[in-house]
Amino acid sequence: MSGTPIELEHASRSYGSGSQQVRAVDDVSFTIEPGQTLCLVGESGCGKSTTGRMTAGLLEPSQGRVLYGEKEIDALPDAEKRRFRQAVQIIHQDPYASLNPIRNVTQILSAPLRRHKLTKSRSELQNRLRELLETVGLTPPEEFLKKYPHQLSGGQRQRVSVARALTVDPEFIVADEPVSMVDVSMRIGLLNMLLGLQKDLGVAFLFITHDLAVAKHFSWEGRIGVMYLGRMVELGPTQKLVREPVHPYTRALISALPEADPELTRNKERLSLRSPDIPSLLDLPAGCPFHPRCPMYEEGLCDTDRPAEDAVILEEHLAACYVAARELGQEDRIPESSRAAGAEAARRTA
Amino acid sequence: MAATTGESRYRDSAVGRVLAWFISTLKLMARNRVGFAGFLVVSTIVLVTFIGPVFLPSEVPVNVNEIYETPSLSHPLGTDSEGKDVLLQVINGGRPILTIGFLAAAISTTIAVTLGSLGGFVGGRVDTGFTWLADMVLTIPQLPLLAVLAGILRLNSKIAVAGLIGLLFWPTLMRAIRAQVLSLKERDYVESARALGLGTPHIVFREIAPNMAGYIAINFTLAVTSSMYAVVGLTLLGLVPLSEENWGVMINLAWTRGAIFSKDSVFYIMSPIAAIALFQLGLVAMNRSLSEIFDPRLRRGA
Repeated sequence: MSGTPIELEHASRSYGSGSQQVRAVDDVSFTIEPGQTLCLVGESGCGKSTTGRMTAGLLEPSQGRVLYGEKEIDALPDAEKRRFRQAVQIIHQDPYASLNPIRNVTQILSAPLRRHKLTKSRSELQNRLRELLETVGLTPPEEFLKKYPHQLSGGQRQRVSVARALTVDPEFIVADEPVSMVDVSMRIGLLNMLLGLQKDLGVAFLFITHDLAVAKHFSWEGRIGVMYLGRMVELGPTQKLVREPVHPYTRALISALPEADPELTRNKERLSLRSPDIPSLLDLPAGCPFHPRCPMYEEGLCDTDRPAEDAVILEEHLAACYVAARELGQEDRIPESSRAAGAEAARRTA
Repeated sequence: MAATTGESRYRDSAVGRVLAWFISTLKLMARNRVGFAGFLVVSTIVLVTFIGPVFLPSEVPVNVNEIYETPSLSHPLGTDSEGKDVLLQVINGGRPILTIGFLAAAISTTIAVTLGSLGGFVGGRVDTGFTWLADMVLTIPQLPLLAVLAGILRLNSKIAVAGLIGLLFWPTLMRAIRAQVLSLKERDYVESARALGLGTPHIVFREIAPNMAGYIAINFTLAVTSSMYAVVGLTLLGLVPLSEENWGVMINLAWTRGAIFSKDSVFYIMSPIAAIALFQLGLVAMNRSLSEIFDPRLRRGA
């Protein structure tokens, strides 16, 4: 499938004004090539959704740029902007809020088809509606065409949302926690349906979830990005990141992941945090924002400078941790001030 | 669905489409019995008061031999102090009150919807300005102000009366509309529509406005109610010229002619009051059907 890469370049987004400014997303960069999948994981409030909405062009970054191909989204000429709008779609978390309650399935799905003149005649429109509903597993389609959202279950609504996103044949879908509000029994069906779209239609995904297990399932061939307090702390190919996590936050997340085999779960190395509380975005700790909770915390080294998101580089795999950088022999990537502060603290305790 | 077959049968011509829309709306209206009863009451009163006077003499004849008659076949609601038939006066006197009620409601609803949605959408200074204006009008006690203004201005035409009422009654609805727009424009489905490139007109008229339509329609009927009260009140106080027959004038005359002290004139003073009350009741009942028409979630059995 031909497509255009989407790139976030040092994108930040702040909310509020004056002294009450909160940086929901702080200096995040990544590229998603056509057909690729990137999963963003992190706890609530870490900026995953804001990142997703910026990537979909629905929210302007306060700083940095979002590029579609070579060009910034907001500077696209009209024709290309229209192409972008068709190429990039979003699926929301809450299936009860993402469908207009007073429009039925036919109305919801035919509006974009009509607007972009994707179907020529009434019969073509009807066929396309049927085809879309079948693609998302709502069969027989006749039963759903006249239904209003309140007559559908959460899982069915979410499928209608997906069908709506598919009306314009997108290259890229931002899926913002698409399964977290759906019944557990329906999740795997929905996930596999989305995976099918990715394989059969070659759709690229930015998949946002707070559940590392879901991320693992969805992007086994792709990449995972771990976010913490608005920053990307680790980004790498899923299989590598899951087997050899570098950042202590990722390690803690993975160690908390239950395995299908209870024996495995029991014997898993458990990494406990020093504090369960997430610091407030209004009052971020100095240096690495994770240091008050980090089991690998070292005085001086961790609370002087904020680690860049590429403090550790293992080919495609990046992590923002100075302790890991030192342990992996990448000391040259630690700034002088942090190194000095670390050495000073070590001398004092000795 | 029955409405669908109706639609496809007439869809070809514009007249047919309007007819199909009318029939399907009527069917939706009939789904709620209370609402349909209200609709029948309202439409009967409107038809009788607007078409009835065409067949009646413009001046109800005076007959001094039949003063304060009790109801009979020739005078179903009795007669007044001049021997005029009360029923004829009620039929003749509805049109001005209803006209002013609907006109004033249309004016205040239009102002409220325009300012409310503009403020909500645009935000910033526009919003601050409109809200400030609404607050100012809202804090002034409306009926006394209306009385004072009606006394200062010469309210010779229905449009002037309706305009004055309309200009004072919009702020409550405006604030409600503004709040709804603020909440609706952040909904996920609005964001999806933006992502699908459906354009601002579609988002405003297809996604957001229909969600408020029921609310606006119901508030319109409530505005009709309060405007009617206001104009009847003004007439009763004598602040609007008593140049023609209407329900307010009837109450005023009955009052000044001592109707509350005389048992004979109970039908004279109560008839216009009953007509107003019945019409209001009809409107309020009709709202049940209106909310079902605008919100598919409320339709029973759907």
